[in-house]
Amino acid sequence: MEIENYIVQNLVKQFNVAPDQVKVKRDRRIYVKVDKDIFLKVLDFAINNQKFDILCTITGFDEGDTFGVMYHLAQEKGIMLNIKINIGKKNAILNTITGIFPNADIYERELADLFGIKVEGLKDGIRYPLPDDWPEGQYPLRKDWKVGGNA
Amino acid sequence: MKNVSIPIGPQHPALKEPASFSLALKGEKIMGSTVRLGYNHRGIEKGCEDRSYIQALYLIERICGICSHAHSTCFVMAVEEIAGTEVPKRAQYIRTLIAELERVHSHLLWLGVAGHEVGFDTLLMYTWNDREIVMDILAMLTGNRVNYGINTLGGVRRDIADAEIKEILSAIDKLEEKTKYYIQIATKESTLIKRLAGVGILSREDALKLGAVGPTARASGVDRDVRRDDPYLAYGDLDFKVITDNHCDIYGRTLVRMGELMETYSMIRQLISKLPAGPIVAKMPRKIPAGEAIARYEAPRGEDVHYVKANGTEKPERVKVRAPTLANIQTVAKMLEDRYLADMPIVVAAIDPCFSCTDRMIETRAVGSDNASTFSWGELRKYSIEWYKNKGIDFEVLNAKRGKR
Repeated sequence: MEIENYIVQNLVKQFNVAPDQVKVKRDRRIYVKVDKDIFLKVLDFAINNQKFDILCTITGFDEGDTFGVMYHLAQEKGIMLNIKINIGKKNAILNTITGIFPNADIYERELADLFGIKVEGLKDGIRYPLPDDWPEGQYPLRKDWKVGGNA
Repeated sequence: MKNVSIPIGPQHPALKEPASFSLALKGEKIMGSTVRLGYNHRGIEKGCEDRSYIQALYLIERICGICSHAHSTCFVMAVEEIAGTEVPKRAQYIRTLIAELERVHSHLLWLGVAGHEVGFDTLLMYTWNDREIVMDILAMLTGNRVNYGINTLGGVRRDIADAEIKEILSAIDKLEEKTKYYIQIATKESTLIKRLAGVGILSREDALKLGAVGPTARASGVDRDVRRDDPYLAYGDLDFKVITDNHCDIYGRTLVRMGELMETYSMIRQLISKLPAGPIVAKMPRKIPAGEAIARYEAPRGEDVHYVKANGTEKPERVKVRAPTLANIQTVAKMLEDRYLADMPIVVAAIDPCFSCTDRMIETRAVGSDNASTFSWGELRKYSIEWYKNKGIDFEVLNAKRGKR
C-alpha cells in the first residue's frame, strides 16, 4: 500500500485534489475524482510521471444530471488508477484521448453510441456497437431508457 | 492499378463469428482495412441493471461460450470486493483450477482453428480430439462442457472429490504428452512454420501503442500477464513463468500459446497438491452495499476487465465489461497492412477472436404466433429428428447403413 499512498500524495500535491476525492480502496486500486477541466493534465501526469501507461477501458455512467466517465489506467506492475470526471448532460462533450492512447478509439465510440456523449476530435469512422439503422436519439445505457419501451 | 474495395462478412465461411471487414486491395495486396463489430451486441450490460446479482452472474457467464468462466469469475470477484466478502481458500483454488482447465481447452481449440485456416486440417482433427479430454474433465467437475456455472456469489457451487482429482491428474499427464508433440510439430514442421512465420506482424511498439493483450501482446515481446502483475484467486500461491516471444508474428503467437499450455499443466498440479480443506462458499448478502470495484482476469485471450458499481440494492447500478478481443481487434488492421488477401483468415484467427458467445435459452415461436413454448431436451431432439425426416433425411436409415443401432 506504500506505493499506492505515495501516488495519492503526489496527485494531491500536484493538483490540489480534495482528500475525500481520492481513495486507495485496496492493494493496487486507486480511485480519484477530478474536475473535467484539469483531466487532461492529470492524465498526462499519470502517464508521464507515474507510469500509468496502460488504458484498460473507459466506463460511462448516467448519474441523473450528469454523465460520469471513468478512465481505467494501469501500471505494468499492476497498480490501477481510475480517474473519474463528470460532464453536464446537456451538451455532453468529451475530448478524445486517442492522441495519447490510440486504443481509446473503440471505447470512446462505445460512449458515443450507448450514452450519446459527443467525443470531440474522434476521427470519422464506423460506429460501435449499435447497428447502422439504430434510431437516432436512443441511448440504451441511459437510465431513462428501458428495454422494449423505446425504439 | 486502382484499389478495389471488397467487403468480407458479417457472415463468411472464413470466420465463425460475425464481424465485417472492408479491405482495400491492390491486386492481392491489402492496402487498408476497416472492421465493423457489434453484430453480437446483446445489451448484456444494460440487462444486468435489471437483474439481481445472482441473475446477472448467470447472464455474464453467457457473454462467451469459450471463456465463460473468465467472465463470471471476473464479475463475481468485483461483487465480492464491494461486499467485503472473504471467499474461502478452497473456493479460490477451485476457481483457479477451472480457469486453467478452461485455458487448456481454449488454446487447444485455437491451435485447431489456426491449423484449419492454413489448410492443415489434420492438426484440427488431432487437437480437437485431444481437447475432448479436458472437456470431459470440465464436464465431470462442473456438470457442463461450456458455461460451467461453477461460480456463485461468495464461492463455488461444487466441491472436488478425491476420485476426481485422480482423473484430473491422469488427464493432465495425457495432455502434456500430446502438447509436447504439438510443440514438436510447431517448431519442426516446415510447411507450418513457412505459413505462419512473418505473417501478421505486430511490432512491440505497435502492440504497446494499440493496447494489445494476452498471447497477442506476449508474442510481440510485451511481458504482461495479470496473473502475475495483479494477482487474484490463488495465483499468488503458484510458481509459474510468463511466456513471451520476440517473433512478433503468428508463429510467435503459436509458440506462446503452446508454452502457456505447459505452464498451465504445472499450475494445475500445484493447485491440486496445495488444495486446502475447508468450506467452498461464504455467505453473501442479497443487497450489496454501495460501492465500486474493478476486477482484472487473464483470460485465455488476454486481460478481461469487469467494473461493477453497487447502489445498496439487490441490483447493480452499472456493470462494464471489456473483453480481451475488443482490445486486440484494434491491432488487426495493423497486422493486415501490406499483406496478401490470402493471409487474412489466419491473421484474424491469430488474435483468437471471440466476437460472441452461445445463447442457450431455447424459446420457439411459430411464425406469426405470439405463443412461446419451451422445449425439453428430449422433445427438441424428437422434433429435430422429425424435421429432418420430413426433409427426406431419416437418421434411423442412415445409422442402420453405418452399422449402428
